[in-house]
Amino acid sequence: MERPAAMTQPTPRGEIPDLLYSEAENDLRQAVKALFAERCRPADVLARIETGETYDLPLWHALAADLGCAGLLVPESLGGAGASYREAAVVAEETGRSAAPVPYLGSAVVATAALLAAVGAEPASDDDSKLLASLADGAQTAALAIAFESWPGSELPGSVRVVAPSAGDQAGGARLTGTAARIADALPADVLLVPADGVPYGLYVVDAHAHGVTRSPVVSLDSTRQLCDLTLDAAPARRVAAGDAATAAVAAALSAGAAMLAAEQLGLAERCLEMTVAYVKERRQFARQVGSFQAIKHRLADLYVSVAQARAVARYAAGCLADDSPDVPVAVAMAKAYCGDAAVKAAEECVQLHGGIGFTWEHPAHLYLKRAKSGSVAFGTPDRHRAALAGLVNLPGA
Amino acid sequence: MLTDTEAADQATGPDDIRRRVRELLEAHDPASTPRLDFLRARFDAGLAWVHYPVGLGGLGAPRTLQPVADAELAAASAPANDPRRIGIGLGMAAPTILAFGTPQQQQRWLRPLWTGEEVWCQLFSEPGAGSDLAGLATRAVPATGNDDAPDGWRVSGQKVWTSMAHKARWAILVARTDPDVPKHAGLTYFACDMTAPGVEVRPLRQLTGEAEFNEVFLADVPIPDSDRLGAVGNGWRVAQTTLMNERVAIGGGTTPREGGMIAGPVATWRDQPGLRTPGLHDRLLRLWVDAEVARIAGARLRQQLAAGRPGPEGSAAKLVFARLNQEISAFEVELAAGDGLLYDDWTMTRPEGANFYGRGPGYRYLRARGNSIEGGTSEILRNIIAERVLGLPPEIRVDKDVPWKDLPR
Ligand SMILES: Cc1cc2nc3c(=O)[nH]c(=O)nc-3n(C[C@H](O)[C@H](O)[C@H](O)COP(=O)(O)OP(=O)(O)OC[C@H]3O[C@@H](n4cnc5c(N)ncnc54)[C@H](O)[C@@H]3O)c2cc1C
Repeated sequence: MERPAAMTQPTPRGEIPDLLYSEAENDLRQAVKALFAERCRPADVLARIETGETYDLPLWHALAADLGCAGLLVPESLGGAGASYREAAVVAEETGRSAAPVPYLGSAVVATAALLAAVGAEPASDDDSKLLASLADGAQTAALAIAFESWPGSELPGSVRVVAPSAGDQAGGARLTGTAARIADALPADVLLVPADGVPYGLYVVDAHAHGVTRSPVVSLDSTRQLCDLTLDAAPARRVAAGDAATAAVAAALSAGAAMLAAEQLGLAERCLEMTVAYVKERRQFARQVGSFQAIKHRLADLYVSVAQARAVARYAAGCLADDSPDVPVAVAMAKAYCGDAAVKAAEECVQLHGGIGFTWEHPAHLYLKRAKSGSVAFGTPDRHRAALAGLVNLPGA
Repeated sequence: MLTDTEAADQATGPDDIRRRVRELLEAHDPASTPRLDFLRARFDAGLAWVHYPVGLGGLGAPRTLQPVADAELAAASAPANDPRRIGIGLGMAAPTILAFGTPQQQQRWLRPLWTGEEVWCQLFSEPGAGSDLAGLATRAVPATGNDDAPDGWRVSGQKVWTSMAHKARWAILVARTDPDVPKHAGLTYFACDMTAPGVEVRPLRQLTGEAEFNEVFLADVPIPDSDRLGAVGNGWRVAQTTLMNERVAIGGGTTPREGGMIAGPVATWRDQPGLRTPGLHDRLLRLWVDAEVARIAGARLRQQLAAGRPGPEGSAAKLVFARLNQEISAFEVELAAGDGLLYDDWTMTRPEGANFYGRGPGYRYLRARGNSIEGGTSEILRNIIAERVLGLPPEIRVDKDVPWKDLPR
């Protein structure tokens, strides 16, 4: 994939980057769409969440490895595509459109961003390069072990601690003990990035399959992204960042996660609007299409407007991240606040305007409703992000 | 002067625009050149609206290059053409003339329109035809020549809510030329000389106290056929171009962050901590986000326009603009507390231009009520989005296939 030229020129504050989709991005979108059209239809997702394995690992492998979406953010020198958050956002939109049960957000965005922030684009350690390369080519999947409701700037968890190494541990190795709750995309992960309290605070790599690591699935509002709790009992770990660098890596990952989740919400909202428009054109009551009633038309027009707005701000956040703009914190907070509300509204309208059928388990509307509501809480509620803006843009509270 | 292709070949990038601005400034020092002379020279240099064709104030360049010219000229303290005074001309008349005018009409009208020498107004709405513009009753009848190919028209009727008619030299006008066909098919679009005999403009006071708009009475007003825009009977299509551009003009302006309606309340918020409450804080943050998102969406719309023409998407921008202006200005009156009980001036005046953001919070609150009425009401815009963008079934219509003269009224 070609590296967009914009990556080399930071966008100055207040200046608006290109918000349209490039040809390369459209191609990428078509590829993901084609995959999902074949293997991630609503019926597939509905069936999947009824099984013991709610994540669709073959689908994830196709997206991650075959289409190369796991490595979008990873530099080419490490085996990735060297693309930017613009391309990553396009894939996120598509995962939202299909409510795809894949750990794209957790692995290809959040964990990858954390690791890149921790070890840099040219890691000094071979282990780090190998790990990034294995994430990029989809051989391994990773998750950041932090509660899904955490937001950029939330206090870091202290429930995992560094404990004394065991006899026979290699020099530089560490052991972690403790718990972390409500982690997204950790169930299918091979590698966990665990923030842990010690002296100093650190970010550690933990093999998810190692002895002393227990992941317990939790019944989640959104079954297409099932959360899990993590228990570590002297689990072997390797530190990748310490002190401020660790904190910064986690913050960067949460910021990227919030922005890409906003893009996912955009895709989801757009899909809900499309489904609903199609349904009200087809459904007849009172001897006419229900979509010919003005009360319905005006609600859908309002939804269209909010999706158009959501697209602009989601693109803006992706563009700011891609260009490393100083406006990233503001852009991310706005995008997550706006798209979170827009997606929930779209999914709620989707249920309502489908009537009784929209309230059934067999209709996919509820997949979107649950994913939208859960997503609006994840990485900070809209209110949380507006509160952050109060500080960022100097509008202090009473 | 360059040929079209030569100029277009060169006008490819910001550097080229900067060079042209430099040349303009060298030839016409803004400090010593009279304002109008400078504006005319700028138009002739193709730097008025760079996306217009060569010879008509532009360079056939991408629209996105305009800010480059504007910024360079502003930095040199060059005079501007005061868009607030001539918004209807710039935003509605000009794109329509460009799309439907003959070369002679374009040469005659666009330059003085852009420089502000000639103000334009819009004679569309009538007492009986607002949202239902196609139902209008103002009649244009052939005056001279023969009926099939008249060389002149006589126009009679009443228009209303005509903003800036009191300053206007020209009007874009839609009139009925054929009452015997269904309403959309019987309209023709004209440019009307506001100094022609039979045009009478009376101020119409609005709820803000002043009179931006007017009633315009047309009594047997002569209009030469050479001032017709588009074919006889094609007026509805021509008017669509105007309306589409109107919505973009109203809803799609460029402002910096915290520009526009949000500027007042954020300044008050920062300056007067005593006015802050938790509830207002929450509302302010929501409004701030909505305003900024709308601004970014406006920028995206312009990026799309740079590639093509305004489509129905402009309706979305206009809807958001109206709602935001209303919510923000309502917020501002509450935030102002005691000052919100005051009003700056109820004197009946006839202002130079529409002023959405000027004056006090009370004025802004009242003026913003008009934003969801002017340029297509918010209800009509929702109809347009639902039907033309989303493809939902049209309203059940009783007026579409009936000759206009037989419609109930
Ligand atoms: C500040 C201001 C400046 C203006 N400037 C100009 C100007 O320069 N030139 C000009 O020509 N006009 C101008 N107008 C007029 C404006 O375009 C009309 O007022 C507007 O189109 C509405 O028409 P109306 O007033 O006849 O209201 P009506 O069409 O009678 O509408 C009344 C109400 O019914 C609703 N309604 C109507 N039809 C429908 C429908 N099909 N579905 C749902 N609801 C419907 C409307 O939304 C509105 O709420 C201006 C108006 C204002 C307020």
